[in-house]
Amino acid sequence: MKCVIAGGNVKVLGQAVHSLSRIGDELYLEPTESGLSLRTVNSSHSAFASFLFAPLFFQLYEPGPAPDTEHFRCKVHMKVQPPCPGNPPAKSPQLFFRQVTVPVSIPSPQSFLGVFRSLPSLEKSVGKCLILLKPRASRLVLQLHCKYGVTKTHNLAFQECEQLQAVFDTQSCSSCLCAPARVLAEAVVHFPLTLAEVTLGTGPGGKIGLRNYVEDEAEPSKTMVTELWLAEDEFQSVAVSPGSHITFCLKEFRGLLTFAEASNLPITIHFDEPGRPVVFTLDDTVLEVHLVLATLSDLESDSQPAPTNGVSHLPAPSDDFADDLESYMVALETSTYEGAPEEPPSPTFPLHNPQTVQGNPEEEEEEDEEGAVPGTPPHKKFRSLFFGSVLTPGGPSLAPTQEVLAEDSDGEN
Amino acid sequence: MSLSAQPPASGESFVLSASLANARHLSSLLRAVHFQDHATCFATASGLRVTVEDAKCIQANAFIQAEIFQEFAVQEESVVFRINLSVLLDCLTIFGTSSLPGTSTTLRMCYRGYGYPLMLSLEEGGVVTVCKINTQEPEELLDFDFCSTRVVNKIILQSEGLREAFAELDMTSEVLQITMSPDKPYFRLSTFGNAGSAHLDYPRDSDLMEAFHCNQTQTNRYKISLLKPSTKALALSCKVSIRTDAQGFLSLQYMIRNEDGQICFVEYYCCPDEDISEAEL
Repeated sequence: MKCVIAGGNVKVLGQAVHSLSRIGDELYLEPTESGLSLRTVNSSHSAFASFLFAPLFFQLYEPGPAPDTEHFRCKVHMKVQPPCPGNPPAKSPQLFFRQVTVPVSIPSPQSFLGVFRSLPSLEKSVGKCLILLKPRASRLVLQLHCKYGVTKTHNLAFQECEQLQAVFDTQSCSSCLCAPARVLAEAVVHFPLTLAEVTLGTGPGGKIGLRNYVEDEAEPSKTMVTELWLAEDEFQSVAVSPGSHITFCLKEFRGLLTFAEASNLPITIHFDEPGRPVVFTLDDTVLEVHLVLATLSDLESDSQPAPTNGVSHLPAPSDDFADDLESYMVALETSTYEGAPEEPPSPTFPLHNPQTVQGNPEEEEEEDEEGAVPGTPPHKKFRSLFFGSVLTPGGPSLAPTQEVLAEDSDGEN
Repeated sequence: MSLSAQPPASGESFVLSASLANARHLSSLLRAVHFQDHATCFATASGLRVTVEDAKCIQANAFIQAEIFQEFAVQEESVVFRINLSVLLDCLTIFGTSSLPGTSTTLRMCYRGYGYPLMLSLEEGGVVTVCKINTQEPEELLDFDFCSTRVVNKIILQSEGLREAFAELDMTSEVLQITMSPDKPYFRLSTFGNAGSAHLDYPRDSDLMEAFHCNQTQTNRYKISLLKPSTKALALSCKVSIRTDAQGFLSLQYMIRNEDGQICFVEYYCCPDEDISEAEL
């Protein structure tokens, strides 16, 4: 693969890498016919981001061998440090991914981000950026052509990998909001930088609200709640189900917000029920950005009867989602066998009926608490595995029908 | 400008006495070579030279010529002593390192000779501080014997072009490899870090290149940890000359313009790392 990025687009690429680095430690590169895709996932698999740069973004774009051969994919480390220990706790929500496998030899981490570390100096001194993938030499070459004829060449090691693709479908989301990045940035600035989760929801009078999410364990007397409401007319478009709300990780969203503000692009937010992921998208003629975040599931709001296959914690799909149910099952089944190979075992969703004693300690605790204090707000546990159709958005037909013939017996880590 | 001059007591004389209207002219230059605690000071009629060494591989010299001082008198042919540079710098900057416009610290420096401490008298805004710093036996220093006749390759670059590069050097690389050649890549700085290599190429016709005299292709490696301190000198300088000799010894000479527009020099000499059979280009 060979591509050249010129002028102001070099800084855009740099900003994209910075944005991605706020979510994950590894950058997945995939040159395709429709453009160069940069993706990342966080270590707990609850956040996925992808930047797709169309061929027009480049001064020169040669993805590689003919379309019928499999495109080369690789991943590089974005940051030198290992993933920070302050990961979301074990009960984080997870996104579902198609299988990701990694070959054995792992070179020491190197820094893709390091090449684009200083955005002001990128803007000031870099005229052109050349990216070359040399599979045979196992090297990814990043060459910056700078002021005064100076050339900076970085030869980065990479690993081949399978495709990283989170499963989500914006079409199936019941709510959609679109706002200029500035509006959201100004709203989010009111929340402390250390805030982990925020709840976005609809309110009376068609207003859209943002509120910091408070852990159940937090002491009421020591908690500060910040809530702000935006009028419908602040948004470019509003199509929401009344009473809908979702809670997601703000930190990961901020990375995208910074990018959106810098590029002056509006952000579209697709969301559905609590527990299903929220998808943030940015669209431009030469760039398509997706950020998929898992959301907290709100078990009390699920009024549907539990299906008998034992996956009752998940919001049961209504008839409208019948088609999704098929793929829902497929995704669920495959997820229990695959999981995240190279990452330390992340807690996947336990597949058993909550009424059985087998429920894990957290679940039991939850039920006890529910019994003990009926008046408290619904318990929110980050525990659902997200899944939708096993396709990239806008893809063709759904996966074939499959029945869950046998429940997974080792669903607990 | 008031100097709290201490006239020598009768019968005693100073082998070195100097006054400087702005102590920063001295302290900023000394900081550019401050990578070890101890330094050797040489004073001759031409001025002051402060030398710092490490690992018998690297040597830095700061030159402050007599003309920079308001008064500079050396009674013996040469005056040499070893001193704790960290302490000297702390004393020179005793009134703080930030500079308010219009204010400066004046310095008076006196040394009675072998066995005596170095006396500093600093004054700012009417406040006077007197410091006495013990001196030590000078140690033998390396003589790189780097004379211009033995130089194989030489370039002079505007420091602006190198500052960012040195500040962002991949410190996970053990060495900094310098390639100088009459052919491409002309002048290349390379590092070989944990994941991959990085090369910084300066073409001979770059606007940054003030002089380019390369006769032979040479590739030499130097321990990056030894060269990293030179970044301070680079940050202060407006130009740098990079020279290598037949053995691969490196000479970096930095031209520094102080606040009053006067020119001073700092130089770094470095031994090449052990022989490499093949350079990774």
